[in-house]
Amino acid sequence: MVKGIESTGIPVAHICTIVPISKTVGANRIVPAVAIPHPLGDPKLVEEEEYKLRRKIVNNALKALTTEIDDQTVFQ
Amino acid sequence: MKLEIGNIIIKDVKFGIETKVDNQMLFINRDEIEALVLKDDRIKGVSIELARPGDSTRITPVKDVIEPRVKVSGNGAIFPGVISKVDTVGSGRTHVLKGAAIVTCGKIVGFQEGIIDMSGPGADYTPFSNLQNVCLVIEPIEGLKQYEYEHAARMAGLKVADYVGQVAKDLEPDEVEVFETKAIQEQVKAYPELPKVGYIYMLQTQGLLHDTYVYGVDAKQIIPTIMYPTEIMDGAIISGNCVSACDKNTTYHHQNNPIIKYLYARHGKDFNFTGVIITNENVYLADKERSSNMTAKLSEYFGFDGVIISQEGFGNPDTDLIMNCKKIEAANIKTVIVTDEYAGRDGLSQSLADADVKADAVVTGGNANEVIVLPPMAKIIGTDAYINKVAGGFDGSLRSDGSIEVEIQAITGSTNELGFNKLTTKSI
Amino acid sequence: MAYKVIHYINQFFANIGGEEMAHVTPEIREGAVGPGLGINKAFKGEAEIVCTVICGDSYFNENTEAATKEILELIKPYEADAFIAGPAFNAGRYGTACGTIAKAVQETMHIPAVTGMYIENPGVDMFKKELYIVETSNAAVGMRKALPKMSALTLKLMSNEADLDPTIDGYIPRGIRKNYFAELTGAERAVDMLVKKLNDESYTTEYPMPVFDRIEPGKAIKDLSKAKIALVTSGGIVPKDNPDRIESSSASKYGTYNIESVLNLTGDNYETAHGGYDPVYANDEPDRVVPLDVLRDLEKEGVIGSIHPYFYSTVGNGTAVKSSKEFSLEIAEKLRQDGVDAVILTST
Repeated sequence: MVKGIESTGIPVAHICTIVPISKTVGANRIVPAVAIPHPLGDPKLVEEEEYKLRRKIVNNALKALTTEIDDQTVFQ
Repeated sequence: MKLEIGNIIIKDVKFGIETKVDNQMLFINRDEIEALVLKDDRIKGVSIELARPGDSTRITPVKDVIEPRVKVSGNGAIFPGVISKVDTVGSGRTHVLKGAAIVTCGKIVGFQEGIIDMSGPGADYTPFSNLQNVCLVIEPIEGLKQYEYEHAARMAGLKVADYVGQVAKDLEPDEVEVFETKAIQEQVKAYPELPKVGYIYMLQTQGLLHDTYVYGVDAKQIIPTIMYPTEIMDGAIISGNCVSACDKNTTYHHQNNPIIKYLYARHGKDFNFTGVIITNENVYLADKERSSNMTAKLSEYFGFDGVIISQEGFGNPDTDLIMNCKKIEAANIKTVIVTDEYAGRDGLSQSLADADVKADAVVTGGNANEVIVLPPMAKIIGTDAYINKVAGGFDGSLRSDGSIEVEIQAITGSTNELGFNKLTTKSI
Repeated sequence: MAYKVIHYINQFFANIGGEEMAHVTPEIREGAVGPGLGINKAFKGEAEIVCTVICGDSYFNENTEAATKEILELIKPYEADAFIAGPAFNAGRYGTACGTIAKAVQETMHIPAVTGMYIENPGVDMFKKELYIVETSNAAVGMRKALPKMSALTLKLMSNEADLDPTIDGYIPRGIRKNYFAELTGAERAVDMLVKKLNDESYTTEYPMPVFDRIEPGKAIKDLSKAKIALVTSGGIVPKDNPDRIESSSASKYGTYNIESVLNLTGDNYETAHGGYDPVYANDEPDRVVPLDVLRDLEKEGVIGSIHPYFYSTVGNGTAVKSSKEFSLEIAEKLRQDGVDAVILTST
């Protein structure tokens, strides 16, 4: 998916839990997520905290999209 | 630890007034089994049906398949920590109704349940078409949550398997096999000249319908640990998962793990089979890293020269498989991995989600995406109403004449990653 | 009755001439010409070349579309059972021509096509997935060896013999993964393989690890506050009841869903169709997979310019890489047309 879209030149931030797969298949801007069934959330947190967590990950993705890169980069 | 497995061969199954074995015929008292299942107040109804090899019968949606076994002597009882006390099993004697199985089915829990055809082309793809199957078609009470329903169905299967297995207790087995693994130091000394071999047993632990239990513990909560191979034959590991039907390990697969079987077969000749490490396939990256670190460390600690690593499921567990392989190879231990493939219906796509050059010895159980047409069957045990929805099905899978066009992904056990079957894949 | 076969060769093998005659346009001759004589011999009467199409390499490669059309018209009346092109050995333009025309015949006339090339001929990489390309030596001295292989494979394909094997039939593996029943179970094969590996004996892996291609990273966004961002997911988030019936596994499609007036994705209106993970958390709160709530706030705060009015969703579970590539190219094209600057893609 990532490569298909990025091949047209549009930058993609890939938010995913299993960073090694993303690396293997060749995503360029990789943003680690929480867990497979809830990449951008954590049901153990209260709503407000969960929102903050999600916002942090999305901000991280935006940081990735505004950063010039030459090679695969994981935005921790 | 030494275990004798006494096989009582079952060649047919029938309803009878008493549950018993007579001259290789298993008789089932329908009422008693019904009553046993209905003790669970989450289950509204159950119908007991029989399916024999060659019957024009389709069983679906299949959740689990279980072999009836009973402990005759030695510690503990079958399915320890789940339906019996949490004793350590794997020694003494266990009797098996070889050729019989309990199959749980009924209304769908998720997407992952499968199909067993007792005849026709589909029968070639599932090992369960060769068994005398006692099927429990379970109907949950209204509004029962998915987790609860899955639990109720799982327990019903195990309880019935235990109940049926009891009849084997005082029977004279047709054959007795002996399996022994000694404590590590002694085992190593037994064949000092042979390479030491271990088995890395990956268990599916991705959450609802993707769980496995070890002595009653949800395996996603374990860190990898070592087991005697014989513990697994007594039901120390049970399936709570329905992954995709094709590559889930049913409880039957665990009880009859073929990798353990063939490692024992060549034990003392080609190598020294010294132990099993169980590990999980969790949804957090940190868990994957920790667990694969542990399997590599334990493999090194026990001095393995080579290991077989088997996977369960597909997708992100491909990463667990590759991590295990890479880290164990990095410890200078030779690996063979057993997996299956998702190469697309045309076979032209990438088969695994992850890859590494260290994974240079791969055994595959087949491409799960290959499409098959299953002819209509005279009898459906359960319901075929969910065929379009199960993993491997698609809109239009179930045709009006009752035939089914599906990926073999939907067939229970078709691309098993314990190497249970002969199915495999080549590049053409 | 013998099968009817059409043979394609270039100007050189038709004895018209070398490079100086490479401009010649397609012509058709009755019966076999040049290498076709050897093919006919190898058919041993089971099949026969009914006509030979000849085209100059330059003409074909400079006018690919037109040449293909002309040739298809020329051969149509012969109602053949199979098509053979070449062998092209290591000749690049001849190889490309053989591959192109053989593929076109296969697709439009629905008859099997066979060609032959040296492994390094650029035509191999272009066509090996779609065509049976018999592996030849790098020059025409290998003709005598190549023709019987090409003839035998053609006969096999015409008689619908299902069991083809590159190691037996001499063609370059097409990379199609095909199931079959082995003699031993997987567990026995695994133990065998381990013993061989331990003893440093040779063994054959059943799945050689693939090499993944890489693509250039897209240019970073300069001004986030003006950027139009699109959301894409392989986590299977769809409107309630999955209107497009996206499969829980091996998805054959993706969904396009309007979110112009949607502030966040709630469990009342959205759910996941994905069959590969515990769906409870995503069904309770689909924003956990597609973070529309956060993105809307960032839009309101002016951090980002705007959110693309549609989100795209498919199920990544067991879905063929080829399908997801097709989906993503289609999606990318729409995004490009709509002036989307960047994509946040979430996976489960």
